[in-house]
Amino acid sequence: MTTIDATNPVPEPPAYAAATDNYLTHTRGFMSWAGTLDHKRIGVMYLVSVLSAFFLAGMFGMLVRTELMRPGQDFLSQDQYNMLFTLHGAIMVFLVIIPSVPASLGNFVLPIMLGAKDVAFPRLNLFSYYLWLIGAICAISSIFFGGVDTGWTLYVPYSTHGTTMGGVIPVAAAIFILGFSSIFTGLNFIVTIHRLRPPGMTWFKMPLFLWSIYATGILQVMATPVIGITVVLLIVERAFGIGIFDPSLGGDPILFQHFFWFYSHPAVYIMILPAMGIISELIAVHSHRHIFGYRFIAFSSVAIAIFSFLVWGHHMFLSSQSPLMNVVFSAITFSVAIPSAVKVFNWLATLYKGSITLNTPMLYALSFLFMFAIAGLTGLHLGTLATDIHLHDTYFVVAHFHYTMLGSALIGMIGGLHHWWPKITGRMYSEFWGRIACGLVFVGFNVTFFTQFVLGSLGMPRRYHDYSGPGWSPDTTALFFKYHLVSTIGSYIMALGFFLTAAYLIHSLFRGRKAPANPWGGRSLEWQCASPPPHDNFSEPPHVGDCYDFSVLEWDEAEQGYHWRHDLPREPGEA
Amino acid sequence: MTATETHAHDHPDFLQHHWDTPVQQFEAGKMGMWLFLATEVLLFGGLFVAYAVWRGNHPDMFRFGSRYLNTTMGAINTAVLIASSLTMAAAVTMAQRNKRGALIILLSLTLAGAITFLVIKYFEYTHKFREGWYPGVMLYERPAHAESWIDDYPTPRLAGEGSSPVVPAAFAGGPVAEPTTVPPPAVAPAGVDAAALAEMDGIAADHDEHGRTHLLHPAQDPDRPANAHMFFNIYFMMTGLHGIHVTAGVFMLSWLIWGAARGRFTSAYFTPVDLGGLYWHIVDLIWIFLFPLFYLI
Repeated sequence: MTTIDATNPVPEPPAYAAATDNYLTHTRGFMSWAGTLDHKRIGVMYLVSVLSAFFLAGMFGMLVRTELMRPGQDFLSQDQYNMLFTLHGAIMVFLVIIPSVPASLGNFVLPIMLGAKDVAFPRLNLFSYYLWLIGAICAISSIFFGGVDTGWTLYVPYSTHGTTMGGVIPVAAAIFILGFSSIFTGLNFIVTIHRLRPPGMTWFKMPLFLWSIYATGILQVMATPVIGITVVLLIVERAFGIGIFDPSLGGDPILFQHFFWFYSHPAVYIMILPAMGIISELIAVHSHRHIFGYRFIAFSSVAIAIFSFLVWGHHMFLSSQSPLMNVVFSAITFSVAIPSAVKVFNWLATLYKGSITLNTPMLYALSFLFMFAIAGLTGLHLGTLATDIHLHDTYFVVAHFHYTMLGSALIGMIGGLHHWWPKITGRMYSEFWGRIACGLVFVGFNVTFFTQFVLGSLGMPRRYHDYSGPGWSPDTTALFFKYHLVSTIGSYIMALGFFLTAAYLIHSLFRGRKAPANPWGGRSLEWQCASPPPHDNFSEPPHVGDCYDFSVLEWDEAEQGYHWRHDLPREPGEA
Repeated sequence: MTATETHAHDHPDFLQHHWDTPVQQFEAGKMGMWLFLATEVLLFGGLFVAYAVWRGNHPDMFRFGSRYLNTTMGAINTAVLIASSLTMAAAVTMAQRNKRGALIILLSLTLAGAITFLVIKYFEYTHKFREGWYPGVMLYERPAHAESWIDDYPTPRLAGEGSSPVVPAAFAGGPVAEPTTVPPPAVAPAGVDAAALAEMDGIAADHDEHGRTHLLHPAQDPDRPANAHMFFNIYFMMTGLHGIHVTAGVFMLSWLIWGAARGRFTSAYFTPVDLGGLYWHIVDLIWIFLFPLFYLI
């Protein structure tokens, strides 16, 4: 498409010409954003903040990879290395992935999908954004308090009796604050879904994205308080020596691990479930085919949420847990594979005989399917007691959770970002560069992390800044060097892909073609609003049809978007 | 007022723009509050689990420590909180019935209950500090020769063991010392510090029959088990977090009284009073668990 300039303006789509006022232009000035109660603006503020944190933590990750490229100490001391991977993990988990989909895209899309004017508690929504901001400042300020080198898990006694420990209290406080930000978001969404559905939208007519956000909300509300009290105990332990986790005073350090994983395992599903919801939308919309097995996908989200509370012990197979507990946790861990596989099979069945458009969102969705399959299947290796003893704390684990967190959760989020980008900004991004960048990310990611599966099964331990010198045989060092080199090169390719994504997305803000209301042919309610949506979303509650029945839409060449088929009468109660 | 009567055009002041009816707004608020209370239960749930684990590992520590808590003060506080829950429940009813004067009086009584609770708690805490119990080992005076805060404080030490801390039998996974009426041996075996041995011996006598007034100063109590001060760490932690919630309740109640005085709450809009009541009940409920766990058993 041509770019827009003053002499040759692209005509506005006639149907939406009247909608000149949108949420971006409704009011102006800094305070109209900083004090806004509009869920769309809060969603955009979250999006910018989360992506900034993603950039920062991604840079930390690149430094870690660069240090590991060659054996020997290159440019990071041991302590610097430890602090970098700790901050990389802590920021990625607590500042980026947990709030990424629900708080940014969810905030923007959820009320519009429900045909509502806002979330249930707009003030609480803004408050949780500011909690995120305070938490981010706390987490990053830990660098100036001496850093934290415990790994993102903050295990005792590293976090209570370690050496470079000034940053533990700021990071723990950040986790507490971010936890409550997450709780309030989840609480808000649960109530919104319960109380603000429009007439006609029963539970089983909701878009599947809402089901997954709902399941996520339950996890956020029910799991996060436990990490809250855990980090409070950790802070009090460090400040006063309360001794609950200190064996020399009669405390129990394993109790910390139980508390930590009681939250942090469900947190994995707080991260992945919203991405799964996005994938359900992307696959249905971009293959123009009714989602297959709606109820199975919906209930599998809830089943995953329930199972996720019962598997935390699989992080502690080697932490002196009783053999009986190990067996029970291992068995329940396997059972999580069932609802996960139900989702994947339903997505594949949706694609089958669909009219697939291989645009950027769809490419991300397909990447997700590929990488989530690897993530889930390698999880079974780690859930098996015998193999876990070999693979525990090796790069196999690192590769596994990067396939889950980055390869699935964040790739789903980036796919969703492309899917809703026209809705959020009112501009179309460059499809050509979008596909190139998606390819770079996909190739770079797999080169980076698939090699780490091999590296881990060969015995490379995680969290080591060096793999040469005393204690390492030269052969081992030479072998690991090859894999680390490939992995680091892969990470550069992936970074290039992400930078390219940032470049064309920012470019589209200024030079992108104006987006039609419905560029992809989606049926859920957000595609009935103008792009970008007006301040109040809908002047009156819209009527709801089957949000996966795409047969009623047709492509309009002039509008470059989809609208209701001309040969079909508008049924009463259908939109 | 039904949903159909108020649709779209009849928007009272208190109704936010994204709700259709006051009933919808009220129900959403109530649901949000219940979810928040669920998070509160889970927040304290972590501490209750820690309590259970610790008590299971060190029953002697808890039996010894709870004798130094003042059951009378705890019981008074329990009564105060239960009474304030009653006045809070009545306040909600008065708000629903548009009785502004009664609402203000009942909310003020609830506030008085909250403040009374905190005052009594203040006296209990300061008494503990005078007896030498603090919330955390780092607050104790550091012994001059100790290498770290936790190295030396009351943990008993066998003579001739150097500076490595001794792990009492109860920590080492061995059988926990059962209460016994045998007094500590008067003569120490060779090479063993008699005082340390007396401390290692667990609870030597049941003091209840002598009455609480005869308790020794804890530092001189020969029955003190190893690390007895740790009981007070978890006591201060749990009652402290509860105290923070009571303090938040004081602010909430003051805000409600202020709103009631301005006539904000009517039978059409009493949501804040109702939600505040829910919060106040959960604060009471947590104390009703804390009181027996620390003072009575």
